[in-house]
Amino acid sequence: SLCTSNIISNILPPVSLWTGTAVRYLDKKESVKPVISTGSEQRKVQTKSKKTLAKPGVKNIVLVEGVRTPFLLSGTTYADLMPHDLARAALQGLLHKTSLPKDAVDYIIYGTVIQEVKTSNVAREASLGAGFSDKIPSHTVTMACISSNVAMTTGVGLITAGQCDTIVAGGVEFMSDVPIRHSRKMRKTMLALNRAKTLGQRLSLIGSIRMAHLTPELPAVAEFSTAETMGHSADRLAAAFGVTRLEQDEFALRSHTLAKQAQDAGLLSDVISFKVPGRDTVAKDNGIRPSSMEQLAKLKPAFIKPHGTVTAANSSFLTDGASAVLIMSEEKALAMGYKPKAYLRDFVFVSQDPKDQLLLGPAYGTPKVLARAGLTMDDIDVFEFHEAFAGQIMANLKALDSDWFAQTYMGRKVKVGAPAMEKFNLWGGSLSLGHPFGATGCRLVTTVAHRLLKEGGQYGLVAACAAGGQGHAMVIEAYPQ
Amino acid sequence: MAGVRSLGALSRITAKRYNVLSDISCRTFSVAPAMSARTHVNYEVKEDVAVIRMNDPTSKVNTLSVQMQNEMIEVFNEVLANDAVQSAVLISSKPGCFIAGADINMIQACNTSEEVTKLSQEGQKMFARIENSPKPIVAAINGPCLGGGLEFAIACQYRVATKSKKTVLGTPEVMLGLLPGAGGTQRLPKMVGIPGAFDMMLTGRNIRADKAKKMGLVHQLVDPLGPGLKSPEERTIEYLEEVAIQCAKGIVNKKISLTKEKGMMQKVQDYVMGIEFVRQQIYKTVTAKVMKMSKGLYPAPLKIIESVKAGLEQGPDSGYLAEAQNFGKLAMTSESNALIGLYHGQVACKKNRFGVPERPVKNLAILGAGLMGAGIAQVTVDKGIHTVLKDTTVEGLSRGQQQVYKGLNDKTKKKTITSFERDFTLASLTGQLDYSGFEKADMVIEAVFEDLNIKHRVIKEVEAVIPPHCIFATNTSALPIKDIAAASIRPEKVIGMHYFSPVDKMQLLEIITTDKTSKDTTASAVAVGLKQGKVIIVVGDGPGFYTTRCLAPMLAEAVRLLQEGVDPKKLDALTTGFGFPVGAATLADEVGIDVAAHVAEDLGKAFGSRFGGGNVEVLKTMVEKGFKGRKSGKGCYVYTPGLKSKDVNPDIEDVLGKYKLTPNPLVSSDSDVQYRLVSRFVNEAVMCLQEGILNGPVEGDIGAVFGLGFPPCLGGPFRFVDTFGANKLVEKMKRYEEVYGNHFTPCQLLLDHAKDSSKRFHK
Repeated sequence: SLCTSNIISNILPPVSLWTGTAVRYLDKKESVKPVISTGSEQRKVQTKSKKTLAKPGVKNIVLVEGVRTPFLLSGTTYADLMPHDLARAALQGLLHKTSLPKDAVDYIIYGTVIQEVKTSNVAREASLGAGFSDKIPSHTVTMACISSNVAMTTGVGLITAGQCDTIVAGGVEFMSDVPIRHSRKMRKTMLALNRAKTLGQRLSLIGSIRMAHLTPELPAVAEFSTAETMGHSADRLAAAFGVTRLEQDEFALRSHTLAKQAQDAGLLSDVISFKVPGRDTVAKDNGIRPSSMEQLAKLKPAFIKPHGTVTAANSSFLTDGASAVLIMSEEKALAMGYKPKAYLRDFVFVSQDPKDQLLLGPAYGTPKVLARAGLTMDDIDVFEFHEAFAGQIMANLKALDSDWFAQTYMGRKVKVGAPAMEKFNLWGGSLSLGHPFGATGCRLVTTVAHRLLKEGGQYGLVAACAAGGQGHAMVIEAYPQ
Repeated sequence: MAGVRSLGALSRITAKRYNVLSDISCRTFSVAPAMSARTHVNYEVKEDVAVIRMNDPTSKVNTLSVQMQNEMIEVFNEVLANDAVQSAVLISSKPGCFIAGADINMIQACNTSEEVTKLSQEGQKMFARIENSPKPIVAAINGPCLGGGLEFAIACQYRVATKSKKTVLGTPEVMLGLLPGAGGTQRLPKMVGIPGAFDMMLTGRNIRADKAKKMGLVHQLVDPLGPGLKSPEERTIEYLEEVAIQCAKGIVNKKISLTKEKGMMQKVQDYVMGIEFVRQQIYKTVTAKVMKMSKGLYPAPLKIIESVKAGLEQGPDSGYLAEAQNFGKLAMTSESNALIGLYHGQVACKKNRFGVPERPVKNLAILGAGLMGAGIAQVTVDKGIHTVLKDTTVEGLSRGQQQVYKGLNDKTKKKTITSFERDFTLASLTGQLDYSGFEKADMVIEAVFEDLNIKHRVIKEVEAVIPPHCIFATNTSALPIKDIAAASIRPEKVIGMHYFSPVDKMQLLEIITTDKTSKDTTASAVAVGLKQGKVIIVVGDGPGFYTTRCLAPMLAEAVRLLQEGVDPKKLDALTTGFGFPVGAATLADEVGIDVAAHVAEDLGKAFGSRFGGGNVEVLKTMVEKGFKGRKSGKGCYVYTPGLKSKDVNPDIEDVLGKYKLTPNPLVSSDSDVQYRLVSRFVNEAVMCLQEGILNGPVEGDIGAVFGLGFPPCLGGPFRFVDTFGANKLVEKMKRYEEVYGNHFTPCQLLLDHAKDSSKRFHK
């Protein structure tokens, strides 16, 4: 279906620093037209297109393109790779899709959570490996599941500050291989062994090794501060908000069903195909498995036993994958002849109690970012929330829809309300598409841009929770096409 | 798109169904209260589960009072008779308390052991009915589940408990000189095994929910919830109830089996416990251990063993009978009376009778990072108070900081706090060598060396940098506060806070006010002490205040006894045999011989010859020789690091030989030795009350027991006088007075009580 922004973009000349104001002006003029010509749904979209979120004196920053590797269940086709290989694939995909000259980027930023020690600055290794100019500096950031959000917003900051014009941001997570360490005792002995000077010293150190030294240390998906695993916390959160098992299973099924539909309809155009060395070419996410409520109901709780509600099926699964986006100042993008997909507008990072409010980032971030942008829940056409657990999503929706919660915990007078489900994660989400921790943020932003284009909305909202009780939300505005 | 819409519709249906459900429960709920005018216990039927809710509207905690029991029986009968009910859940609607225990007053109101036995038997009967209920009952536990509450819970078929820090299970009866008298001694051994049951009942310790699950005391755990659509407390109870209802249904439809598959270990243990010889060995070992620890002064542990034994060896009938009879007997003992008195006293001393201070202490500064200073910091820093620890040297400060760290780290090792909580707590502690930031201090506690000149210097330095509202508290064990306050420009803000070493272990805090100390200053000091978890007595100013003043004459007598040739080990045995947890000689070593000498000299000057007895020179000579007590490795004993046992210091023979006294055989029997020590202590305590140093006998008893280790089985010096008889005590003292003079002259108040036997310190 056609929609207002498409109409506007046909008229708009691609111009200038003053695009923001120009759009706003034109929007007002144009706003009359579709009312006459189209039905109710279009009218709804159209009234919203009255204003743009451009702010005077603030550079417009655009998303030019976003890509990702297929997200695969850990231990499948990507099993023998290294994290930077995945990131490389995403970067090359971006280069390919945008025909970006390899030296046209000012800075590359990547987000990741579980670091491969050999490539601790995975951004650098991946950009070199992807063939970018070695003159482009790159760094790696981490903020749990919103790491690539941080990568993107860092880029936004660099552009806003006038330091850069062209940024590649991305994220990668590789759970098929994680650093499993020797125990602290063993490490200590081994390090002492390094320094030992005489054979006697070495022998006595070797002799001091006991069975207990050999127990390996696995990276825990648990909060360091509370020692609670995330699934356990999600189950408690779901219980706190009275989210039933049924609601969670329904939401999980919805996610898989929608993801399948989107995949079949070819809507997931951000996915690039990737020839995995020594293996087949992958072109599709492999975690999408629409099941039935009966099947889902059979699963036993995975964390809180026996009465918990969070199961393997209503949680996101361990995933390998990488994503990348090209972010530019609007001016630069246009000068280089790109047609941007969306504006990256206001964003917030929030944080709260890592024990009892570990996964409530979206509930805190959403009202805050809406207030910054001067929007209401109704103004948003496209919602893309990170689905860590079905229970976590339902809890966040209930929190957003509760006056009591808004007043007691957020210092607000009233709730902002829950997003309308008919606008919410319509192409699936982390539950079904997969959730490579560091890479999900870019997927969310790219999906919002693509959905805005496809559905003809004007504003999109990304929100995500992250370990440490943190969260992120960003408003994205469709670029006039 | 259509798919999405239909899913949207589905979620609407779910929402509606939810409403329908809650409508039903609302309706049933509205029926229940209409049926009777019960105030403590009520129930509603949710589907086929009766949810029995307890709530004592007159108290913060639920106790098994007469009212509660009567209503419970009534409700239980209704539930049994209700055909719509298949099972029941027992839950408290008080957030943070299941049942804190039986109502002590109910026991105290009885005049004979027969009456108490009857109470016990009624309880046994009620719980037997619960145990044999054809409809399974699930106890849903959140908050303390103690004493009678635990006995109630273990009579139920199934137990679900929250993992909240407030949820503790235990049988603290032994600490009140009683035993679990409503079936506890019979059910516990079956539930947690004989050794586990003895451990619980003989120590009375609180067991956290996760441990209780491991022991087999509860079946299932529920995590406490955080913020949701209701307050965390409210929603946690609701959640607990939901889970308990699921369990109740699960038991009815046989999804949950009540007969647990026994593990290999369990089978082995059962087999071993099935051997009579093994059981006899256990009784023997446990009895020996109890005798060693209690010196036979506490009858309750022995009666507990006896009751358990009766049940296991002669069958349930004898067991329950023994339990009820022993419970009756124990309730009439002076020991139980004393311990219950201490319990009430402790509760009273956990309140702030001076009201709410004008401004709460948020920033506390401690001067001196020694043993005391660091100890005070340790108990303060984890209570949300920002704490500054100041010393004059880096070495001293480091030692103090390490002490605080170690204290918290030990808790981490015991898993009572996480390493993160430890670090987070320590973030509130600032170590420093200067007075920076003191302008923000709400209270300063000085714990510098006990020397009036140093204290004067410190008070002047501090007053130059603190804000006007800041309170200056001094931690001293003997220097009169008014003397210290003499250097202050605002004496109304000066107060004494006498902590006991080790601060993190000793429960008592003695707060000393001068006539100039303002009421708000006192209120503030008490508030801080309560936050630190202390039991507090507030006493008047004077040399040695209350505690040190009572201890000094007893130690003087101990020195005299040493001079008279009583071996330190013998002296210790006699004092511990009387019920003191630490013998007099060991106590002197712990306190420090130098401190003892210091105090003896100071108080000797203040009170004159009455405080005489042992020669202060004995202590002084010991100090000269470096025998300062445990801290220097030598005192009355020799302390070898890593060794628990200790030998008498052979070198004190010489010292004592130099000051040798000849004992008078008329007053030197073992019993006389004990009463010579105790009577001087008690007389001084009574004199403190007479002089108005003490606010009342309750604080006197609490101070003596919690601060100085006065035998808890005697309930403190005042209860001791009541129980023992003032006349008998005076009689003994007069006999000693004839030999030693005014050291043993009874004070007027004691004489008054001796003359009139109707006069008692405790009603």
